[in-house]
Formats: sequence, structure tokens, C-alpha cells
Amino acid sequence: MSTVPAPSSVPAASSAAGTAGPVQKPRRFTELLLLVVAVGIGVGANILVDPERLASENEHILASGLVLGIGSLVLHVVLRLRAKYADPYVLPVVVALNGLGIAMIHRIDLTTDQAAAGSQVLWTAIAMAAAGLVLWFLKDHRVLRRITYICLVLSGVLLLLPLLPGLGLELNGARIWISVGGRTFQPGEVAKITLAVFFAGYLSTNRDLILLAGKKIGPVRLPRFRDMAPMFAAWLIAIGVLVFQRDLGSAILFFGLFLAMIYLATSRLSWIVIGLLLVAAGGFFASQVFGHVAARLDSWLNAFDPEVYNRAPGGSAQIVQGLFGLSSGGMFGQGLGQGRPDLVSYANSDMIITAFGEELGLIGVSAILMLFFLFVTRGFRAALGTRDAFGKLLAAGLSAVIVLQLFVVVGGVTRLIPLTGLTTPFMSAGGSSLLSNWIIAAIVLAISHTARRPVVTGPATEEDLAEVAAYEAALREAAARDAQERAERRERRAARRTGDRAEDDSARDTGDDATAAQPAVPPTTAQAAAVDAAATEALSATGPGGRRTAADIPHGSDADGGTPTEAMSRLTDQGGHGPRSTENGGAS
Amino acid sequence: MSELTVTLLRFGFLALLWIFIFSIVASQGRDLAVGGKLPAALTRSRPERRRGGGSSAPETAAVPPAGGVPTGQRARPQTLVVLEGPLRGRSYPLGSAPVLLGRSPEATVPLGDDYASGRHARLFPQGSRWFLEDLGSTNGTYVGQQRLSRAVPLDAGTPFRVGKTVLELRP
Repeated sequence: MSTVPAPSSVPAASSAAGTAGPVQKPRRFTELLLLVVAVGIGVGANILVDPERLASENEHILASGLVLGIGSLVLHVVLRLRAKYADPYVLPVVVALNGLGIAMIHRIDLTTDQAAAGSQVLWTAIAMAAAGLVLWFLKDHRVLRRITYICLVLSGVLLLLPLLPGLGLELNGARIWISVGGRTFQPGEVAKITLAVFFAGYLSTNRDLILLAGKKIGPVRLPRFRDMAPMFAAWLIAIGVLVFQRDLGSAILFFGLFLAMIYLATSRLSWIVIGLLLVAAGGFFASQVFGHVAARLDSWLNAFDPEVYNRAPGGSAQIVQGLFGLSSGGMFGQGLGQGRPDLVSYANSDMIITAFGEELGLIGVSAILMLFFLFVTRGFRAALGTRDAFGKLLAAGLSAVIVLQLFVVVGGVTRLIPLTGLTTPFMSAGGSSLLSNWIIAAIVLAISHTARRPVVTGPATEEDLAEVAAYEAALREAAARDAQERAERRERRAARRTGDRAEDDSARDTGDDATAAQPAVPPTTAQAAAVDAAATEALSATGPGGRRTAADIPHGSDADGGTPTEAMSRLTDQGGHGPRSTENGGAS
Repeated sequence: MSELTVTLLRFGFLALLWIFIFSIVASQGRDLAVGGKLPAALTRSRPERRRGGGSSAPETAAVPPAGGVPTGQRARPQTLVVLEGPLRGRSYPLGSAPVLLGRSPEATVPLGDDYASGRHARLFPQGSRWFLEDLGSTNGTYVGQQRLSRAVPLDAGTPFRVGKTVLELRP
């Protein structure tokens, strides 16, 4: 029974190890074409809201056009350079939505003498730059998995910031802003990213434990408390802080994210049922205890009651005016710049969807919802395509954030659910929302790159072998350098300690050190152990974060920027998936 | 601007929005199909696997060693030996195909180890070396005391642990 003879099972062996995906092309040219159309939509909308301005006061049209055009071009180039296989549809969709949003904010500025469009254009530029930076530095989204618990802490801090006296700012009864140097920022918007990262990291690690460990009561298996404790901590932070901040919209968003991700990870419908029961209980409790929640519910259920309509703060005038706007828009809308969306309060942030409904009609709003739908499907597509559980959960979770936020907003303005103050992603006036949503888009793009990248497997080519050789040479070189440094240091120390018997010892010590440094690997073959130990030593000497291991280094190679580590990371990503199939021309 | 132009622009803009959406949907095409090639691959490999399982040897890990390493570097280790665990003492000749280690009967080396995940780890050849990669297992894959977080090159004589099974490559 020692050696098993080999049946001809090459395909079986290889197909067990990997799954074949559909052939993917980079499709960057498709993206460029669509980007041209998307920028055209944005600029066209900005011109159409007041065509007379094209001739005279065209600063806004120029500025918004330039930001959208140059921004998308820069992002396109970044994608070409850093994430060649990223999804080609995400960027055009986001640019189109952003352009439409700027146009509507500008249009409302024109009739209300606000100046929100200028800062929105500025924030668009900042957000696009941030997205570019994320795409440039986040070559492998799995790096985020290492900061799972940092993200939990960060989420807590971000959500607590507005509660700090002096820093926090209370507007319209909700305390979700911080004010720094005269500018306001909503940290909760960033917290939705960090929370998604935490949920993804935690659930991808502990999925099996949550599913399988624990007592079984009837048909339901309850997870052990300690497996779920960090999740509930995150949930409590989100909900607790938001009860204190009195922002119902964000609370629904975070709780929805929590539910969506736990369902995605475990595929147990019971979580959704339990969650919805909790929401119902929480909603009832909140409506009894908090006056503002009760007022919201009242203005939702009895919106057309004149008394509720005219109530000074918290009346239903906003919702009802929005509904009137939608109805006057009809099927085709009044035309951009032709309606009166400014009659609705917060027409450029919370109620921007009704403004679009009035001016573009049902057809236009459906188009906008369709664009969001496309964005979210592309996010889920990236989640399905990527191979690691963390990436799957993160892409799906971030898409879920967008779709939940959209649901809360659109459901609110159409009186399907109580209206809560949330921004429409990519469209509403508000820098923090724009920034965090663009970062979400960038992360989804980065994940879609790993999802669509061709998997090259099987016997290595000359090129791959050269890369491995270069990597090993670099390791050896680093090891040699390290050994030399160590020898020198030891020599110096020995010289200081005892003077003359230094030389013999130092030589011997160095040799010992190289093998003793890696107790992890029992040195069975002297040569192999020496190489391994040397590698670990070299890496712990060169790595930025102190002691790192040979297994760690190739992973987050971005910081090192060296070709050897990068070659390694490429190689490991190509790990055996069937016979070498260059699924498209790219990498062979 | 005339009434007609305004109306044309108004409807033209709506049309542009929908043209944009339809061009995206049309260009997505079959990209939405997930793993479109998968069924074909499965149907091809299943009968062969069954045939392999029916033979006297349940472990179908072995692949006849391919005709050496093309580049003429030092040879890859060609045997996988189980040092500890339920399959202790067994050895598997390695070829040039990746080897899946795990509890699952589908694995190329089914470990029969309760502490191993179904698809636990994978050994794959690259050039003159074998690389070991953890496939997101619950209990991890260890080379010595070191839990793997990325694929690492594995030399002959370096024991590694999958669940409670300790394995090693031999030349």
C-alpha cells in the first residue's frame, strides 16, 4: 500500500482543484466608449438645465464638464495600469449618476440662490481622486482582511465622533455631522465601508463556526455566543450610537448591512426573519420612546392630513410636495430646468429623486434606478466571480449598502416606508456621501479585477520560472546581506566584550543563528532548512512591520514595490487550476 | 430657443439615458452567466473520476511523472509521504498536476481526517518546485508552526500539517 500506481486521471485531478470560469477580456475600450457617453450625459444635463447659460455664465458647465471628463479619464488610465480586468461598466454608470446629480443640484441652485453645486463639483474631484488612490494602492483587496478588527474599532470611533462635544454638530435633530474648520463631514458615511470590511473579514473567517458549532433547538441551530459576540458588538455600536444620534436612516442602513452580510455568509433565511422581527420590535419601541420617530411615522401614515402637513418641524409637507412633484412630472417629465423641484425642502439632498421625477418623469427616474441596478448587479457579479470568501462578502456587502441606501431613500420619498434622511448615493449634495460612495465603487472595481483576471495554471513558462528565480535570488541576496550584517554586529559586540577571542565565535554563531531562527521548520534536509531560515530571516529584516514571515511577504507586496515579491504574488494567484489555459491572450 | 428644439432636447436626453443603459446591457451579454463553462468541464471529468475510484486503489493522486522539467533545473520532488494521521505510511507519486488535499472524497488525496476541511489545501507545481496553498480551511495548513496565509514553495523533507495529518515531499 505504499505506492499507488497511477491511473490516467490528469483531468480528474486538475478539475478537482479548480473551476473554469467564463473567458474574460479586459474590455477597457468598451469602458472608454461608455465613459464618453456617461460624461456626455453629465455635461448634457448640466447644459440642459439652463441652455441660455452656455453662452454667458458658463463657469459651472465648464468646471463640472472638466472635472467629470478629466476625472473619468484619469480613473480610466489608472484602471488600465493597475486593474486591467476590472469591470468595464461600473465606472461609466457612476460617472453618469454623478453628472446627473451635479446637474440637478446646479438646477436647484439656480432657483434658490444656493451655491451647493460648486462644492459638489469640488467634492466630485476629491472623491474621484480618492477612488483613483484606492485603485492604485489596493492591488489586492485581501489586504483589507488584515485590518478586520481595526475596522471594527474605526467604525466605533467614526460613529462616536459626532457625539463628542465641540466636534459634533446637530442639524435638524440628528447629530451625525462633525465640523472641522467650518466644513461639515458625516463620519457615518465612511463607517459603512469600515463596517462592511469588518463584517466581511469576520464572517469569512468564522462562517463555519457560526454555521456548525452551537446548540440545536428545534429546527434552528443557534450559534455559540462567543462566535457571534463581535458581530453583535458591531451591531450594538451601530444601532446604539445611532439611537443617540437620532438618525433613523443610518440605523436602518447599518442593520440592513448586518443582516445582508450574515445572510450572504450563512445562507440561512432564519437570520432575515429574526432580523426583521428585531426591526419590528425596535421600530415599535422607538416609536413609543422617541418623539422624532413617532413624528416620522405619523407624517408617513397620515401624510395628507392638513394638521400633520402644516406641523412646524417634522410635518409631512416635504413628503407630500415631493409626491406632487412626482405627479406633475408624469411619464416624460417637465424637462430639465422646467419644473419647480425647489418647492420641496432639501430638494438637492434627501429629495433629489423627486426632483428628477418631476423633471425627467417616470421614464427618467426608471433610467436612474436602472443605472443603480446595473451598478449593484456588477457588484454582485464581481462577488460571484472572485475566488476568496472575503472578496465575495465584501463586494456583495458593499453592493448591498448601495442598494439598501437607495431603497431607504426612494422608499421614503415615495411613501413606501417612513422618510428618513439618507443621501441618494452618488447624486445628493454632500461631500462625505460622495466620497465614501466613490471609494465603494473603487473597492468593487478592485475586487472585480481579481474576479475577472484570467487564471493561468499548469506548468510554468520560462517567464514564470525567471520570476521565481529572481524572487529566490533576491531572497538569497537579502539573506546574505543580513548574515553579513549580523556577522559584523556580532563581531563588534564580541570585540567589545572580550577583545581577542571574537573572531572564531562570530563565524560559528552566524551559522547557528541561521538554522535556529526558524524553529517552525524541523531541519530534516540541512540545505532546505538553511534556505528557509535564511528566507525568513531576510524577510523579517527587510519587512516594514517588524517580523513577517515568508508566507506573508508576497501577499501585500504593494508597499515593497519590488519585482520579486510581486512576481511571487502573481504566481501564487495563478495557483493550479487545471491544465495551463491562458484563458485569454493576456498573460501567455 | 424654439419650442421644438426644447422638446427635442427633452426627449433626446431621455433617449440618451436609455441608450446608455441598453448599450451597457447589450455589451454585458453573456458576462452575467456565472461559470458558463463549468457544466462542460464537470461532465467531462466525472466519468473519469468514477473510473479512477472503481479501481483497486482509491487514491487517485498519482500522475505519471511528466517527462522531467523542461528547463533542466533541479528536479521537482516526486513523492508525497504521509508521516502522521489516519493515512500514516502511505505515499503518493506526484506528477505535474495540482494535488488537492482534504477530507472530501473528491480530493486527489482524501485524508479521512476529521480535523481537515473538505477542500483543505492544494499542492501545485511551478517550475522546479511544489507550492503549498491553503484553500481557506477552518483549521489551517501549517508548515512547521507557521500557518499559511499565502502559497509557499515547499522543499523536499519539509513536513507540513493538514488537520492532524502531517505530510512531506520526498524527491
